[in-house]
Amino acid sequence: MTVTYNFAYLDEQTKRMIRRAILKAIAIPGYQVPFASREMPMPYGWGTGGVQVTAAILGPTDILKVIDQGSDDTTNAVSIRKFFGRTAGVRTTTRTADATVIQTRHRIPETPLRDNQVLVFQVPIPEPLRFLEPRETETRRMHALEEYGLVQVKLYEDIARHGHIATTYAYPVKVDGRYVMDPSPIPKFDNPKMSDCPALQLFGAGREKRIYAIPPHTRVASLDFDDHPFERWRHPGRCALCGADDSFLDEVITDDHGTRMFVCSDTDFCEARRAAGHGPDAPGATAPDPARGTEASHG
Amino acid sequence: MGALLAGFADPVLAAQATFRGVMDALARPGTIVPLIDTIAAPAPLSAAAAAAALTLLDGDTPVWLDAPLAAQADVAAWLRFHTGAPIVSSPADAAFAIVADPERLPPFESFAIGSLENPDCSATLILQVRSFDAGAPLAVAGPGIADRAILRAAPLPNDFPARLVANRAMFPRGVDLLLVTGTAVAALPRSVTLLGEA
Amino acid sequence: MYVAVKGGERAIENAHRLLAHERRGDRSLPEITTAQIAEQMTLAVDRVMTEGSLYDRELAALAVKQARGDLIEAIFLLRAFRATLPRFGTTLPLDTAAMRIRRRISAAFKDLPGGQVLGPTFDYTHRLLEPSCSDPAEPATAEAAAGPTPRVTDLLAADDLIETTARPAGDGGETPPGDLTREALTFPAERDLRLQNLARGDEGFLLALGYSTQRGYGRTHPFAGEIRLGEVALEFFAEDAGFALPLGRITVTECQTINQFKGSASTPPRFTRGYGLAFGHCERKAMSMALVDRALRARELDEEVKAPAQDEEFVLSHSDNVQATGFVEHLKLPHYVDFQAELGLVRRMRRDHEAASGSSREASSDDPAPEQIREAAE
Repeated sequence: MTVTYNFAYLDEQTKRMIRRAILKAIAIPGYQVPFASREMPMPYGWGTGGVQVTAAILGPTDILKVIDQGSDDTTNAVSIRKFFGRTAGVRTTTRTADATVIQTRHRIPETPLRDNQVLVFQVPIPEPLRFLEPRETETRRMHALEEYGLVQVKLYEDIARHGHIATTYAYPVKVDGRYVMDPSPIPKFDNPKMSDCPALQLFGAGREKRIYAIPPHTRVASLDFDDHPFERWRHPGRCALCGADDSFLDEVITDDHGTRMFVCSDTDFCEARRAAGHGPDAPGATAPDPARGTEASHG
Repeated sequence: MGALLAGFADPVLAAQATFRGVMDALARPGTIVPLIDTIAAPAPLSAAAAAAALTLLDGDTPVWLDAPLAAQADVAAWLRFHTGAPIVSSPADAAFAIVADPERLPPFESFAIGSLENPDCSATLILQVRSFDAGAPLAVAGPGIADRAILRAAPLPNDFPARLVANRAMFPRGVDLLLVTGTAVAALPRSVTLLGEA
Repeated sequence: MYVAVKGGERAIENAHRLLAHERRGDRSLPEITTAQIAEQMTLAVDRVMTEGSLYDRELAALAVKQARGDLIEAIFLLRAFRATLPRFGTTLPLDTAAMRIRRRISAAFKDLPGGQVLGPTFDYTHRLLEPSCSDPAEPATAEAAAGPTPRVTDLLAADDLIETTARPAGDGGETPPGDLTREALTFPAERDLRLQNLARGDEGFLLALGYSTQRGYGRTHPFAGEIRLGEVALEFFAEDAGFALPLGRITVTECQTINQFKGSASTPPRFTRGYGLAFGHCERKAMSMALVDRALRARELDEEVKAPAQDEEFVLSHSDNVQATGFVEHLKLPHYVDFQAELGLVRRMRRDHEAASGSSREASSDDPAPEQIREAAE
């Protein structure tokens, strides 16, 4: 038997359903729109939500970039990029600046996004209140009534116990002053990049069947307290390959004696810097972008 | 009625391109986005409204037509044939409304505005306007807008500014508006705040 | 010199080749055919069709082969294919009373119209490994019962001893049943969607939940009113033709449990039902489904919800093995960005802890000097 698939895999009826959900998500920033997520040819939890959103928006003139952990070459990113290369025949790239659609898992690129780009996040658990209240019926009501005391209490308990907020990734945000939203498991270092971003940000949770959005230039505030303002965090120091002192770093263990080094998590950013002549020995050559600095940033 | 006018020549790619136009418009309220794949449809359904309908409607989306559109049986027949969308007589039952005479647009509250729990279960109104060069300039702000955006469109109801204000006051409930000429779309989702008539 | 890890694409291609190699196994043995699987691994194929929500023995057999016998993987393959199929319409409800019976037993009555038909069952086999199973003797031809075989629940309903309808109030049958593959499931869910969810649900999960109700976690006092296996006609009402067209026959297993119900001030005491239906011969699944269906009706029947099997959100959110396996297995994907962030936090907390406990011992190698790990944000 032969099996033929539609452009970008999804059938047109499914695309229409997802597209309608995306439009409502954009109209109600930060609100999770339920959608009838389909079984995709890759497992739930591996980016099916992001893949469905990407498949619904992608056209033949798009240039697609896919990253996982900031890298274009991690196996799941390669797998998803190949999927769209095959089913939609779109051009793909690893360069953030060249992409029109970027699907990501766990990072926002270091290179600032532009207004003709769409960033599609893969989301495992879209509900920011889920670990405080497992019931959908309850969390839906809490969002309806803007009843967000529980999250504040959780963050404050951290402060009482540890002296600071102990959430390091999937750090909750408030979108345009209304909905508390899960930014997906990006490190909180990336949170400030979401606010006033010129690109459209779309979030797809396939297994949990939710789509949500942050339109361009929307206020996105990381939850915090006056006496404990939101702080970004990165491994201090410079990338051992490109010398960047303002990018999120991965710690790499290089032998069994505990020797370690730190390198950029965003491989395209790192490669572009090295191509431009930056290296570990020329730290003076770095030109950090103040907007991506590591200072405490009041979200 | 006579022979049915055709739908998109390339339904898959035209729907994708039209959707991206509508999505861009909604993500950047007040910005006028050209629609390339417009389509000849029975009057008074405009070419861009027809393209939006083919892109967004199907058997799962009840659609309401205003009086001038409902008066032309060809319009309903064309929509039913190409989209399968059930045509409803009560605005409250509609997921989409297509309005050829926006001056006589029923109040927003007569459409589905969603609930606080499910604000997405609300109507999208497709308003056919003549032009984006006429009408009082509306200054709007909100998500999708860097500072402020100015949009002009005509014709619109006389109390349109007041309706926008009331629509925002209901947030997250409300309706979302797509304004289409024959060749372009601009959007005013419920998230926009009216700064005034500039 | 450290070089960032590369070669993901080649690694994936190699993994696929290895997988194909392992799937084939020892090449001196003949390759198994999908026809053999469809004919000889029938219950595996039935389970894959049931939980894959697609009645196609040939494709299900192919999925079992491709998945190397991993049935959840096979279910996933079938589901992903199903998701791409256009929807032409909905068949008329199956009439299981008109089933061509191959097996039919009731634990509630010794004998009944149509009789007890044991059919092909493991029930009374002695579980002894039998090499001769590869070459069976011809069975005595089981004669299907002649005449009608009414459902046990219909017999009880004739005397008003069992509920006749379990439709939500106000639904006279004109509302088409929901479809959770076309619309996101919302809570509370009505019985049509619950049953669809259970029909697609993992057999092992439902088995354990059904079992838990028998052990007191939401007890429903069930009797196996009837279990029947056989072929039923599938019909499609063609609008333009104006009549129902026969599409063919499919094999299904149906289980109806008869459960206790106290009655209330307004209702006389009457038995209630749990319902299970599966493609092919999936008896354990159909029975478990009926037990869990009945347990999930707690809200509707004003029973106290206190056990896991009665908790609709819990059951329906965790029954799907394709979802469950995806999310459990996604832990294999890299999480090092988040782990790095957590590592930074643990180091900071250890430093705070050391400072608080006044310890003066030297920082160990996995506990870098404080100035090295100072948060840049501070």
